[in-house]
Amino acid sequence: MSSQNLSINVHHVTRVEGHGDIEVNLKNGTIEKCSWNVVEAPRFFEAFLQGRPYKDVNHITSRICGICSIGHQLASLKATEAAMGVTISEQTRLLRKLLLHGENLQSHVLHTYFLVAPDFLGVGSVFPLVKTHKDVVVRALTLKKLANDLCDVVGGRTVHPIRCKVGGFSCLPKTSELEQARARLEAARPEIEKTAELFATLKIPAFERETEYIGLYSKTEYPLYEGELCSSDAGTYKDEDYLAVTNEYIVPQSTAKYAKNKRDAYMAGALARFNLNYKTLHPKAKKAAAALNLKAPCHNPFMISVAQVVEIVDSLENAITLIDTILKRGLQEEALEIKPRAGRGVGIVEVPRGILFHDYTYNEKGEILKANCIIPTNQNHANIQKDMEKFLPMILDKSQDEIRLGLEMLVRAYDPCISCSTHYLDVKFIA
Amino acid sequence: MKPKIAFFDFASCEGCQLQVVNLEMEIPTLLELVDIVAFREAMTEASDDYAIAFVEGSITRESDIPRLKKIRERAAVLVALGACASSGGLNALKNRMGMDTVKNIVYGDKAGLFETFPARPIHAVVPVDVHIPGCPIHKEEFVRVVQALLLGKKPEIPDYPVCVECKLKDNLCVYELGQKCLGPISRAGCGAWCPSNVDACEGCRGFISEPNKNAQTDIMKKYGLTPEMIMKEYRLFNAYTEDSNE
Repeated sequence: MSSQNLSINVHHVTRVEGHGDIEVNLKNGTIEKCSWNVVEAPRFFEAFLQGRPYKDVNHITSRICGICSIGHQLASLKATEAAMGVTISEQTRLLRKLLLHGENLQSHVLHTYFLVAPDFLGVGSVFPLVKTHKDVVVRALTLKKLANDLCDVVGGRTVHPIRCKVGGFSCLPKTSELEQARARLEAARPEIEKTAELFATLKIPAFERETEYIGLYSKTEYPLYEGELCSSDAGTYKDEDYLAVTNEYIVPQSTAKYAKNKRDAYMAGALARFNLNYKTLHPKAKKAAAALNLKAPCHNPFMISVAQVVEIVDSLENAITLIDTILKRGLQEEALEIKPRAGRGVGIVEVPRGILFHDYTYNEKGEILKANCIIPTNQNHANIQKDMEKFLPMILDKSQDEIRLGLEMLVRAYDPCISCSTHYLDVKFIA
Repeated sequence: MKPKIAFFDFASCEGCQLQVVNLEMEIPTLLELVDIVAFREAMTEASDDYAIAFVEGSITRESDIPRLKKIRERAAVLVALGACASSGGLNALKNRMGMDTVKNIVYGDKAGLFETFPARPIHAVVPVDVHIPGCPIHKEEFVRVVQALLLGKKPEIPDYPVCVECKLKDNLCVYELGQKCLGPISRAGCGAWCPSNVDACEGCRGFISEPNKNAQTDIMKKYGLTPEMIMKEYRLFNAYTEDSNE
């Protein structure tokens, strides 16, 4: 169809976390409006954190997002520990890395199987697939449960973990629990291979728009828990200079702020990490990338889901290696003794949807004076908008339903976590 | 015909709906018993025809009210899913600060672009039939509630303190480890989730109907906590209830 006049208004895009709308208006073949609007209700975490004691802060910020609560807690703990000069043990570092791989695994399985795959299989959700593709659904549920059980074992609970504390853990997993988790991860390898095979059969829209890619970078590991803040355009930055990268600004159609660095938008997330860190991917993940035809650098945002499949392989293999290292060292109870002090600290981690910043200033009693957190989806909003502006003219000859689906699939590819991005905006406390 | 159920959300982290998705291997069984007709986080289709509505999240702006009222009109049974919906949860921590103050803190000179009012649980706007407390909800409790509703029974949510479950688990009392725990007055049903992981109860399931707050306050004083710190503990997940009782 030649869309001379067209109006698309997708109120609350489905199969994404949080509330966002797509608005398109076409008059006499000219695009009058093409807009990605974030309409999530803001929750004002930044305001009510004021005065809260340091011990509560990671439990509060965890509630920004149910899906990335592990990442929020770890970024929060890193920021508090940096502010108070707390050093953590190697055991804590290894267990935190294991938790983040568990979260990455469960979130990517959820997104690729439950939220993305239905579009390619022509259904509206994973539920009808229980009847038509039972093996696929059971595989997805098995992998998701495996990842969640791993997080339960390490964090005490996968949604809003209980055991993560400033300086370490309130309680450690049992050796037998880690051994059991390891055996299940190993047994899941064939399921992971089938996951890669499934996504190799899905037809990814041909679309490219090069942008700036931002994430953690490391020479020694595929970085989730630690690495250097890095831009594909500008190289590395110090942690405390993160504001020079994010440059947030407010737009009227969005309750979430937007971000930009060297260009008018940038991308964070699995594809950004892949582009920056291809070298340190696990060999099995590299093999999966080759089979899925994903090469670094890749400029097709629809390939974010494919990069997530590659990271599923990477996280599974890294989780196994980490458990081996932890078991070899032997688990040891460690005392948590924190002396609160005044100061500022920045904590950066990679969460499934991209790079996450928490920045706190504390008083001498260890109470929050000021907080600033920048969430991956915030950083992607402007890039989604720019992609839509380039993608829409390419699909104008399609039917209205196809155009709507195409735009929704583009938004969904980013795996936006919209409630997060409005929960934690640029924060300035009134002294 | 299978009963139709629907999920909706307002201001929240959507972690309680994620807990439903986290039922994992039980999902196929659930789908044999009910038809899920609306679940925006997981599906594109949406129907206005449902018998049971699960609502996550707090009400924080004018535009939420007509949306919630419509859900109430359509559902025979309305269930508040999790702390934000059933008690206001963390969202209500902003309430005492004044809306202009919190908007300025977050949006600065653009504060006028965004609407918000003090966060409230959904029962402050419409009648609610069942409350599933907790931040997040406990998956097993969700299953128990669904089972009861399908059998036409009133779901039972415990009205005794977390300490009961904690003692049954033979946990070491976290007060002995120098922590401040709300277990003595908080509603059980989570299996003493946090104390079993050597962490204090924060009262995310709300307080029991006749809590002995004086005794709790005495315990906290004994362990060297100031009234200001105690209030901060009480308010963390229960600011709306605490403010309403004043």
